[in-house]
Amino acid sequence: MIYSKTLDPDFKHLISKEPGGERIKRCFSCGTCTASCPVREVTDRYNPRKIIRMALLGMKKEVLSSQFIWLCSSCYTCYERCPQNVQIPELMNAIKNIAVREGYTPPVMKAQIDLLSSHGRLLEITEFENEKRTESQLPLLQSRIEDVKMILKELGLYHEEEREPS
Amino acid sequence: MKKNGNHPKNNVYTLFLGCTVPVRTLNYEIAARKVAKALHIQIEDISDFCCCGYPIKSISHHAYLLMAARNLALAEAKGHSVCTLCSSCGGSLAEANYELQEDKELRKKINEDLYRWFRLRYEGEVNVFHFARILYQEIGTREIEARVRADLSSLRIAPHYGCHYTKPSAIHGRPEDPENPKSLDELIRATGAQVLNYEDRLSCCGGGVLAMDEQVALGMAQKKLDHIHVQQADAMVLICPFCSVMYESNQKKIEKLFQKEYKLPVLFYPQLLGLALGFEPDELGLKMNRIRTTDLTKKIVRKPD
Repeated sequence: MIYSKTLDPDFKHLISKEPGGERIKRCFSCGTCTASCPVREVTDRYNPRKIIRMALLGMKKEVLSSQFIWLCSSCYTCYERCPQNVQIPELMNAIKNIAVREGYTPPVMKAQIDLLSSHGRLLEITEFENEKRTESQLPLLQSRIEDVKMILKELGLYHEEEREPS
Repeated sequence: MKKNGNHPKNNVYTLFLGCTVPVRTLNYEIAARKVAKALHIQIEDISDFCCCGYPIKSISHHAYLLMAARNLALAEAKGHSVCTLCSSCGGSLAEANYELQEDKELRKKINEDLYRWFRLRYEGEVNVFHFARILYQEIGTREIEARVRADLSSLRIAPHYGCHYTKPSAIHGRPEDPENPKSLDELIRATGAQVLNYEDRLSCCGGGVLAMDEQVALGMAQKKLDHIHVQQADAMVLICPFCSVMYESNQKKIEKLFQKEYKLPVLFYPQLLGLALGFEPDELGLKMNRIRTTDLTKKIVRKPD
C-alpha cells in the first residue's frame, strides 16, 4: 500500500532539474525499457519502468535509498527504444547523483571514489605495469594523476581525513 | 567538422587507453598498435590522461564532465582526434564531448573550473572515435582484404559488439543502426574468417553492474557464452576490454558457478586482424589471452608471399 501522505510531489521536479533527469515527466509507463532490459532478464530486482513510476509518484526515500537504482548496466538499449525519449540511463544517473547528495552512496562506489582520488584511475599503474610496458616496447604511463583528486576534493566528493589508513 | 560520428579522415590519432587496457588487457594494446602501424594509422600518446570519467558519472555529473573535459583539452592541445580502444571510454568521452559542444553555457562553466585548477581550456574541437570505427571507416574492408596474408577461412567467429560502440547512437552521429550493426561483422569477414549469427548477439556483457552485483553481471555474461557455445564457435571477437573481462577473465568463474564448460577463446579484433595480416601470435600478445588460442591459430594457413 502506498500512502499519499508519505509522498513527495516535488521529487519529480527535483529530478527534472538534474542533468540527465530533464525528461522524466514524459514517461507514459509503456514498459519498453523493462521489456528490453538485459539486467531485468537476469534479476527482477531491476525494473526501470517501476523505478520511474515510483519517482513520478513521489516515493523519494524508497527510490533514493534503494539498491535497485544502482543496477542499470548502462547498455543504452532502452535509451534507443524509448518512444518518449526519456533517456533512461541518464535519468538513472540523475537519480543516483541526488541519492549521493542525500547520503545514500553505496560502499562500492565510495571505494571507487577512493581509487580515483589515489591514482587518477580505477586501476593503479605501478612499476610492474610500466616494466611490462617497457618489455613490450610500449610508452610509459604516469602512475598518479593528482588532478583527479583535486576535482573530487573541490566538489566535496572526497574527504581525505575520512579515508581509512591503508 | 565538429560533431562526432562523421567519417574519421585524419590518419593521426591520439590514443586514449583508459584504466582497464594497460592493466588488464595489454594484449589488446599490443595488437592494436601493431595493426595500426601496418595500416599506416599514426598513433600519438599523452602520458597524463586520467580516467575518462565514466565511473564517476553516477556520483556527480559535474565531476564526470570535468574529468572528461580535462582529457579532451589535453587532446585538443595536440591537435588530433582521439582514438579509444575501450568502448566505455569512447562512449563516455564522446558523450561529454557532445554535451560540451552543444551547450556553450555548460562549456563555459566547465572551462572556468578547468582553467582555475589546471590552466586548461576546452574549445570543443576534438572528435572521439573507437579504433574499430577508424578501421571500418577510414581504412575500410577492401583495403583490409587486399592486405590479408593468411588464410583464416576455417575460423568460425562470433562477433560481440558491446554497447557503447554504437549507443547512444545520437551522440556517435548514428554511423550505423544500433539495432542491427554490421561494421564488426564486415571487419571480421574482411579477414577471411566466417561470421556466426547467434541468439541475442547485441546483448550487454554485464560489466556495468559487476562492481555492484557480481552474480547479476556473471549471469548476463553466461547467457551469451551459452548462445555462442551452441554455434560451435572457434572464438568470440570483441572490441572492449571490459567485455573481455566479463567473457574471458571471468569465464572460468562462470563455468564453475553455472556448472558449464565453454573454453571459448576470446580475441580482440586487432588480434584477429593481425593474424590475417600475417603477424605471429606472439607479436599480437596472444600468449596473454587467458583461454588458450593455440587450437585456433593452428587452423590458420599462411599464404605464400
